[in-house]
Amino acid sequence: MSNALDLTLAGALSAMDKGELSSVELTQAYIDQMAATKALNAYITETPDIALEMARASDARRAGGQTGIMEGIPVGIKDLFCTKGTRTTAASHILDNFVPTYESTVTSNLFSQGAVMLGKTNLDEFAMGSSNQTSYFGDVVNPWKTSDGKNRAPGGSSGGSAAAVAAKSALATTGTDTGGSIRQPAAFCGITGIKPTYGRCSRWGVVAFASSLDQPGCFGRTVEDNAIMLRAMAGYDPKDSTSIERAVPDYRAQITGNIKGKKIGIPKEYRVDGMPAEIEKLWQQGMDWLRDSGAEIVDISLPLTDKALPTYYIIAPAEASSNLARYDGVRYGLRVEGVDLDDMYAKTRGEGFGEEVKRRIMIGTYVLSAGYYDAYYNKARRVRKMILNEFLDVYNQVDAILTPTTPSAAFTLDDAPSDPVTMYLNDVFTVPASLAGLPGLSLPAGLSSEGLPLGLQVLGKPFEEGEVLNVASVLEAAAGFQRL
Amino acid sequence: MSYTVKGNTGEWEVVIGLEVHAQVISNAKLFSGSATDFGAEPNSQVSFVDSAQPGMLPVVNKECLRQAIRTGLGLSAEINRYSVFDRKNYFYADLPQGYQISQLYHPIVGEGQIEIDLEDGSSRTIGIERLHLEQDAGKSIHDLDPKRSFIDLNRCGVALMEIVSRPDLRSPEEAGAYLRKLRTIFRYLGTCDGNMEEGSMRADVNVSVRKPGAEFGTRTETKNVNSIRFVMQAIESEALRQVKLVESGGEVVQETRLWDAGKGHTRPMRSKEFAHDYRYFPCPDLLPVNLPQSFVDEIKAEMPELPDKKKHRFMDDYGLPAYDAGVLVAERETADFYEAVAKAAGNAKLAANWTMGDFFGALNKADIKLADSPVKAEQLGGLIKLIADDTISGRIAKEVFEIMWETGKDAEAIVEEKGLKQITDTGAIEGIIDQIIADNPAQVEKVKTNEKLLGWFVGQTMKASGGKANPGVVNKLLKDKLGL
Amino acid sequence: MAIDRDTVTRVAFLARLDIDDAQKDAMTHDLSNILTFVEALNDVDASGVEPMTSVVEAYAPLREDKVTDGGYPDKVLKNAPDRVQDFYAVPKVVE
Repeated sequence: MSNALDLTLAGALSAMDKGELSSVELTQAYIDQMAATKALNAYITETPDIALEMARASDARRAGGQTGIMEGIPVGIKDLFCTKGTRTTAASHILDNFVPTYESTVTSNLFSQGAVMLGKTNLDEFAMGSSNQTSYFGDVVNPWKTSDGKNRAPGGSSGGSAAAVAAKSALATTGTDTGGSIRQPAAFCGITGIKPTYGRCSRWGVVAFASSLDQPGCFGRTVEDNAIMLRAMAGYDPKDSTSIERAVPDYRAQITGNIKGKKIGIPKEYRVDGMPAEIEKLWQQGMDWLRDSGAEIVDISLPLTDKALPTYYIIAPAEASSNLARYDGVRYGLRVEGVDLDDMYAKTRGEGFGEEVKRRIMIGTYVLSAGYYDAYYNKARRVRKMILNEFLDVYNQVDAILTPTTPSAAFTLDDAPSDPVTMYLNDVFTVPASLAGLPGLSLPAGLSSEGLPLGLQVLGKPFEEGEVLNVASVLEAAAGFQRL
Repeated sequence: MSYTVKGNTGEWEVVIGLEVHAQVISNAKLFSGSATDFGAEPNSQVSFVDSAQPGMLPVVNKECLRQAIRTGLGLSAEINRYSVFDRKNYFYADLPQGYQISQLYHPIVGEGQIEIDLEDGSSRTIGIERLHLEQDAGKSIHDLDPKRSFIDLNRCGVALMEIVSRPDLRSPEEAGAYLRKLRTIFRYLGTCDGNMEEGSMRADVNVSVRKPGAEFGTRTETKNVNSIRFVMQAIESEALRQVKLVESGGEVVQETRLWDAGKGHTRPMRSKEFAHDYRYFPCPDLLPVNLPQSFVDEIKAEMPELPDKKKHRFMDDYGLPAYDAGVLVAERETADFYEAVAKAAGNAKLAANWTMGDFFGALNKADIKLADSPVKAEQLGGLIKLIADDTISGRIAKEVFEIMWETGKDAEAIVEEKGLKQITDTGAIEGIIDQIIADNPAQVEKVKTNEKLLGWFVGQTMKASGGKANPGVVNKLLKDKLGL
Repeated sequence: MAIDRDTVTRVAFLARLDIDDAQKDAMTHDLSNILTFVEALNDVDASGVEPMTSVVEAYAPLREDKVTDGGYPDKVLKNAPDRVQDFYAVPKVVE
């Protein structure tokens, strides 16, 4: 092997199938790279011993003719997925000593398909953020460098997962997406990430942020890598009432590269004020690539697009305020003693949660409180329904939608917006699809003037992840993006 | 007739509404697969879901929905095929999630009514506002440690039905009758064991007072009262407290109170209950429940005859007075027993008297349950049959019953064995009477002026016949021979 | 909508969050900004639209009434900050 780290997931599977590479060799290469890139802080917990043990077991299975979809592939797991016996923190002080005694459904699916766990990747605390800077365990550094020498944010919340794939300290990683937490960091780090339809992957064992929005997904080098890994993760789970009983297709087989006659919608409302020309240009380039491959570009309108963020910032904090009530210092995690029970709660939570998490709990508590419920929460649920209906109407005319993933390239860690609302605007293009539960993928399609990756987002109909992947594969081929 | 509290300014009417929490009979909990048995080792019936570990999700237990619908049908209530589970948010040590999953906006059962039976034989209809399903909390134990409370989550997550009455009750007696009737309905349907000592049925008691015909007064809610007697006492003492308070120029404060059984009065809760703002919102981890009509129809088809209907049938078909019918239908087992007795006896009225009299008396005296009775329904019926057809007298029957109770033998066999058959042969009785008249000339003279002495002759005759002479025949013959 | 410090104090109590005085002004400021931001929804006429209960057109799956879980006190108590025998322990609660 020239360099095991250069292989894509698909390539590594094929090399192992041919006997050119063992999982132990592959895993060791990634363990070494994990050590070499430690300064990026992509991992909260590294588990090299577990990785090698799993790799050995995988090689033994392969030798015995048993191979799963992810057989022998070393992956990073976002530290929001509970892993049995391995500390799971949600990047929060309140859970920094929590060792689950159970395994999340998604990681369990991955492991039973042969995946090897390298460690737990960094994220924004409780997945709340767009820069990975709210992590209790420190900033993650985007592996992409610019001439100014300043460190860039990897995006968030799955910043560690995205940075690890870009820096080759994992071949692929899991993520979760609530308002863009897979797509935005994928765009910032120049890799490919997919958030499937809400209900496609089980949320059981994933530390909850906003239950009606949270959806596990994955990061990889290529569209094909996403297709392989998503298939291994997805599936109905009777333990998650919101997971949907629907067969998971072989996504990889759905990538044909043929999009002749497909109608691709271009929503005019995504041309926001102040959008950099280079993003506008990339978007146009994407349309041209698709048209050149035989697709029909259709102008569409999603008038409520600018109402998506305000809707999201009511619904997500409201659910979070309730979901995070269980972190009370009684059954697990941090406890700070107080004079009585309420004091113990307030001290534990006051010390255990970071500023952004507290802000969101406060907002959520406020909008659900007596007298405000209808004006805020119910109104947001009504608008959310309207946003969903808008998408479903549009999907009567088009097969998929193409937009930029983010309104800018990765900002520097030092210049990250300190004002929460400005930070929230990062998710302007990703949040609408989250509210509608739609599948979405971001792939790197070009570079900014500073040499930073820029992403394009493909959105699909509910449960049409295959279509999304196929359209993305056409863009990927045309873009010829140079990965790190 | 109606109940009032006498104050210095006159009579006060008491207005009572009850919220009954009834533990649903099911094998597993409402949202998890943990067992529901009473009295298990601490935290041994607790799953990751019940202890609200990170990432855990609820899944609805079908049987709990059935039980709620069964009960709803038993309350002649409207069944809502569409219902939604909401989160009720508050912090408490035995509430691990930081919220209780309940049903505020769309309960599974709507308006209904039940008939309560009062001591004077009259009945009243009490309105039911709703019945909804919710999770029980865990148990806090305060007396094992001077500085700490201990938490056992075994009960946490067990399904409860909360049944909310209209403020239709007007006296402690009516409240008691309401609770007894609810318990009867639960037990007929097998939806709750109604065992208040074990906490499987508890009541929140809403009490207010007003001058007759005036507007409702401000109510207080006394929480978690765990016996019918305590509910009645709490109403009495709380009503009296409110009357005294108002008459001395004070005002009733809407508050939550606790029943102090030792002191026999209610007191305000010391915890910060007043600060609650439950921030109800639909639980985003659960989808709405939408049951097909067939789900309800199947339950309807299996419904047993309900106590009120049975009571009226007993009155109509067996000619029982309302009170007797009410006593017999109070437990389904008793009603079934009585019907078996009546069938075997061929005389329903006599069967009722014997079942409620000698038989219940013997059960009470021996302190055993109906199911453990040494005398079975058919045997008791057999005994009564012998009375009804004049084979034995009522007095002899009591002796026979005692032997049956001790030996478990059939009445007929005992009567045969002991030669207890009644003498109805006029000739044999005449012989005895003639002898008594001949032996007691002085008494014969006296009875002619004092007819009350006839009893003495009856007694002598019965004694001489060993109790076997038919009392009717004896009376008639004596009167003839004494010329009365 | 601007909210005041008292509201922040009340909401912080509801949420059981200790927010010290130094943080309270910043929190008041940030929350006011966020609330102003989300009030953009006031421009949307959503009358006649039912609030969304779920993004997927589906209803709650129902479980059979079988005991399939629990029975592992050591696992559920393993991470407890304060445990006495098989109980969780908390500061004394006065009802």
